[in-house]
Amino acid sequence: MYVAVKGGEKAIDSAHRLMAEDRRGDRNVPELSLAQVSEQLGLAVERVMTEGSIHDRELAALAIKQAQGDLVEAVFLLRAYRTTLPRFGHTLPVDTAAMAIRRRISATFKDLPGGQVLGPTYDYTHRLLDFSLAEDGEPEEAPPAERPVDAAMPRVTDVLGREGLIERNPESDDEPRDLTRQPLTFPADRTLRLQNLARADEGFLLSLAYSTQRGYGHTHPFAGEIRMGEVSVELVPEELGFAIEIADVTLTECQMINQFKGSKEKPAQFTRGYGLAFGRSERKAMAMALVDRSLRAEELGEDLTSPAQDQEFVMSHSDNVEASGFVQHLKLPHYVDFQSELELVRRLRAQGPGKEAAE
Amino acid sequence: MNTSQGYNFAYLDEQTKRMIRRAILKAVAIPGYQVPFGSREMPLPYGWGTGGIQVTAGIIGPDDILKVIDQGADDTTNAVSIRRFFARTAGIRTTSRTEEATIIQTRHRIPETPLSAGQTIVYQVPTPEPLRWLEPRETETRKMHALADYGIMHVKLYEDIARFGRISTTYDYPVLVDDRYLMRPSPIPKFDNPKMHRNPALQLFGAGREKRIYAVPPWTSVRSLDFEDHPFEVQKWSQACALCGSTESFLDEVVTDDKGGRMFVCSDTDYCQRRRDAKEAAE
Repeated sequence: MYVAVKGGEKAIDSAHRLMAEDRRGDRNVPELSLAQVSEQLGLAVERVMTEGSIHDRELAALAIKQAQGDLVEAVFLLRAYRTTLPRFGHTLPVDTAAMAIRRRISATFKDLPGGQVLGPTYDYTHRLLDFSLAEDGEPEEAPPAERPVDAAMPRVTDVLGREGLIERNPESDDEPRDLTRQPLTFPADRTLRLQNLARADEGFLLSLAYSTQRGYGHTHPFAGEIRMGEVSVELVPEELGFAIEIADVTLTECQMINQFKGSKEKPAQFTRGYGLAFGRSERKAMAMALVDRSLRAEELGEDLTSPAQDQEFVMSHSDNVEASGFVQHLKLPHYVDFQSELELVRRLRAQGPGKEAAE
Repeated sequence: MNTSQGYNFAYLDEQTKRMIRRAILKAVAIPGYQVPFGSREMPLPYGWGTGGIQVTAGIIGPDDILKVIDQGADDTTNAVSIRRFFARTAGIRTTSRTEEATIIQTRHRIPETPLSAGQTIVYQVPTPEPLRWLEPRETETRKMHALADYGIMHVKLYEDIARFGRISTTYDYPVLVDDRYLMRPSPIPKFDNPKMHRNPALQLFGAGREKRIYAVPPWTSVRSLDFEDHPFEVQKWSQACALCGSTESFLDEVVTDDKGGRMFVCSDTDYCQRRRDAKEAAE
């Protein structure tokens, strides 16, 4: 037995039909295919995969289409789907030193083994609207270079590491914790913070990173290296006992190198800020690296003065699915609470200063 | 109604439900204590009842009868949406009759019809931490709970009295559960607070975004904070419900024109409708 309810149900159904029609737009314009979204709106797809925490171009393209290009809504769709997937293990750490490089630049060394590889980038394009794109213009072909990029592309941080000039990354074989399975508690260790930052809203991270550059917790950063390309993902299935390759994924990695004058325990050396994102997500990876480094303030004995250094502030507010939901929940009915406040304000006014003045 | 294809009963997988049930058991064992749990991303937005939905999904069985209310009403859009979610994903029976329901999921109200033993009421909680507006840091508030150090809340209430002559908290009014943990009753009006005290039903609270579950077991003491010279009191209306004539229920104010016209009606739609039905039957 389903007890009929008034109004609401019909209104919801109608609103959804209207939304579907709005989404489709003019039916005389051909419908977008997922392949078109994936191929031609690739950076959007990659952002949605990164913040949605699922590497699947087709699902991300579907989410973007369904959300009419609202990327935060698309991230939400992907996350809700993610909940229904079983988690059957974790991969080996990906080896970004062995990345098949498509882009690799360093702002700290003019030249280095493997060289600077500009790759596909908007950097140095003059931001002029290209009106030929409005008329189905096909771009010029980009023929491969005469010489392929070097096979060996050592990471800049490894080069510095050989001299001991930069802190070593701690190694651990522990099973990584997962904040999508266990609730977050503070203080959170760096691996959990990085997971949080990887899922974090790009706009939020960008602004926080920017705030550190303007003096709210300055970290003296250099873009040691940014690299983008394909890495293979390996998993050790329990029944096999050895690693098998399950996928190739495109990643953007940013290693920030930050000045550190040393402390009682540690000699002067460079410290690291780390950013990693699916696809070509350079802005995200760079912002993440800056925020990662500023969140290490406490560990490195720096003064805690700014929002970007405050892990509880950053981690509790970085997720756009949480933020979007809660900000927008204010449009749900609050009749009852508001009624309670109305009654209070009327009572306070009945005895308040305005009342006496009127009398 | 059939369960939606491709999804487990009540949407969540069984492992997740076990995790939620463990958190609920712990919450029942420590009344009023906020138990962190691995809250999942639900297909409804955070802040729209994901905590309550996960608690309900964790405890609901095929024989349960579910009632969902928002602002006391069964027909507000979000209540409709959540009721449909369970009708679709669990294929269970739903009702609007308070005494017929085995599980009542609610946002912002406790029904006027008294609950009975064996029923469970699931509250949707936006902000589980009662001290949050006074201290934004979780690391600090957890310490305060551990030490039962609730001085700042008493000071806040005292300052209200000093400034306004009365306590100016009208909803989400802080309560002490089982004389130990300070608890936020979710934003129910303080009118409903006395209903929580020694209630025969199990009261569960789910906060999805904040990843906390807490509980008040049946017959547990729930005391609204107050002072000897400023005892706790609830809202009163000078009007009766314009539809059913009740003088005992929480009334919503409905604006009828732009010249100050007002009408007061029960916020609990089931209670109001049943009273009207009874009156009609008597006539």
